[in-house]
Amino acid sequence: MSNIRAAFQKGKAFIPFITCGDPDLETTGKIVRAAAENGADLIELGIPFSDPTAEGPVIQGANLRALAGGVTTDQIFDFVRELRQDVKIPLVFMTYANVVFSYGAEKFISTCAEVGIDGIILPDLPFEEKGEFQPICTQYDVALISLIAPTSHQRIAMIAKEAEGFLYVVSSLGVTGTRSRITTDLAAIVEAIRENTEIPCAIGFGISTPEQAGKMASISDGAIVGSAIIKLIEKYGREAAEPVGAYVREMKSAAAGKGSAALSAN
Amino acid sequence: MMNRTNGRFGIHGGQYIPETLMNAVIELEQAYDFYKNDPAFNRELTELFNEYAGRPSRLYYAEKLTKALGGAKIYLKREDLNHTGSHKINNVLGQALLAKKMGKTRLIAETGAGQHGVATATAAALLDMECVVFMGEEDTKRQALNVYRMRLLGAEVIPVTTGTATLKDAVSEAMREWTSRIDDTHYCLGSVMGPHPFPTIVRDFQAVISREIKAQLLEKEGRLPDAVIACVGGGSNAMGSFYHFIEDKEVRLIGCEAAGRGIDTFETAATINTGRPGIFHGMKSYFCQDAYGQIAPVYSISAGLDYPGIGPEHAYLHDIGRAEYVPVTDEEAVEAFEFLSRTEGIIPAIESAHAVAHAVKIAPTMDKDKIIVITVSGRGDKDCAAIARYRGEDIYE
Repeated sequence: MSNIRAAFQKGKAFIPFITCGDPDLETTGKIVRAAAENGADLIELGIPFSDPTAEGPVIQGANLRALAGGVTTDQIFDFVRELRQDVKIPLVFMTYANVVFSYGAEKFISTCAEVGIDGIILPDLPFEEKGEFQPICTQYDVALISLIAPTSHQRIAMIAKEAEGFLYVVSSLGVTGTRSRITTDLAAIVEAIRENTEIPCAIGFGISTPEQAGKMASISDGAIVGSAIIKLIEKYGREAAEPVGAYVREMKSAAAGKGSAALSAN
Repeated sequence: MMNRTNGRFGIHGGQYIPETLMNAVIELEQAYDFYKNDPAFNRELTELFNEYAGRPSRLYYAEKLTKALGGAKIYLKREDLNHTGSHKINNVLGQALLAKKMGKTRLIAETGAGQHGVATATAAALLDMECVVFMGEEDTKRQALNVYRMRLLGAEVIPVTTGTATLKDAVSEAMREWTSRIDDTHYCLGSVMGPHPFPTIVRDFQAVISREIKAQLLEKEGRLPDAVIACVGGGSNAMGSFYHFIEDKEVRLIGCEAAGRGIDTFETAATINTGRPGIFHGMKSYFCQDAYGQIAPVYSISAGLDYPGIGPEHAYLHDIGRAEYVPVTDEEAVEAFEFLSRTEGIIPAIESAHAVAHAVKIAPTMDKDKIIVITVSGRGDKDCAAIARYRGEDIYE
């Protein structure tokens, strides 16, 4: 069983997103470990990109802070290599196609495999364009994770049939960022996915509260949270590991379907 | 899926966009494939081109400029005489009409110098559509008059403060907006860039420029030009000027990139001359970027050329050696801006002045029986205050 698949074997998964190098890699290391210790089942590590067109203002800010601090792809590979000495849960990269292409797809993906990255998510690489990276990912056993959006409709079957790792279901139109309400009929999307694949699917975009995490995980296999965590990192900076750990614990519990009574009280 | 090529030009082009937008671009491609061959659509568009935009634009023999340079005979393709003052209206009328046929009621657009934003606001007013234009905050200052024009035409102008607050950031923000509202909204992209099918659609609507040049020059001179020169940012007026000459191998096609303070400085926007292949804004093409693929903050005095990429078909024409892409500095462009104003009484857009500047360099080296066509993509009224400031005169609009 792949490492990623294993992440979904302990009940509903909680998947935090953390931008590498925001505010610096040392802090990112502490945050990743805090998230892992507090129940994160898989972590999405963002490699910052100068112009992250799929991100809302919060994650854009994290990208720019990280780049302003001078972090590079090579430093992030070294960072993951070091992280892998004690962090055992699956780790996937989330970045943009140009970061991979510019590094050299084969060099990038083989280095992912070498340092212990289990998959990559490229939000600007739709199904039609994956041919350039897919064979290399297959060769090095790094999952190229596909996304499904509220607008995917008839494309769901095509994408799901070839999906690997897990499927990232985008909850809403628009870019990343917290939302007070998610109105997409996600249950129908998940049903369409399950008609075509066995691999797990997790929902992301717009999730920030334990209640949302619980609801999203209940109709899928897990919840992905980015902006809400980045906000904590933005607020607490180098001291962010503890508050992020506490937040992950609460969100994992909610995703797993526990503690909802306490939540409905507030 | 159907037999779709995803709009490749050699290795360039493609559709590097979020899944959220894939059905929107597929729907656009299908609609375009239908309407481009629809006689009624083409009649309507031609009517708009001719009666509203003032086409065909003149191919003017610039006799004084020719004599002053003492070499090749120079013709100016006067896209500056179009309604709204630039070539941008060609593409916008086409896309707005297409969007209307698709049932869209709202146009969004990015703009650099403001010319595309003004053209989009104009088409939206004419066709009763809502219009929102994203413009880098830096550019809203450089081109304040165009901001006022857009608002006057009923458009909402949203200053973009992210990144370098210029054209690239306006494109990113328009793409973000499109992912959040697709049903009623068409993204009216202003250049031959972005994901397929935009580079093809925009080229086809701008190809009217080379179609006219060819016919007009055949009538005046009975032959093809020896060189066609146009400025290149994303590259829409250049692509439109080159398109019908691509198969005529004897015609040199020359795109003039904004070198800013020089291609050996970091303050440049000359993509082919200083960039390398990458993937950004929906396409594979050449981009100014660092060793790790981070998009470089580019610079040019011209807001319309101040973009770190170039359309994928230009990237391909460069790769196969069919077109040449030359750098032109701020200083050379400003000199050409002043020179054309004085010799011909034509004030070109600072973007177009980059093309004029290159003609000034090469015309004297060519025989008098050679013919150069320069596309004057827009008029320069919008640039007067900025050029005056460049020359040390502190005037404001």
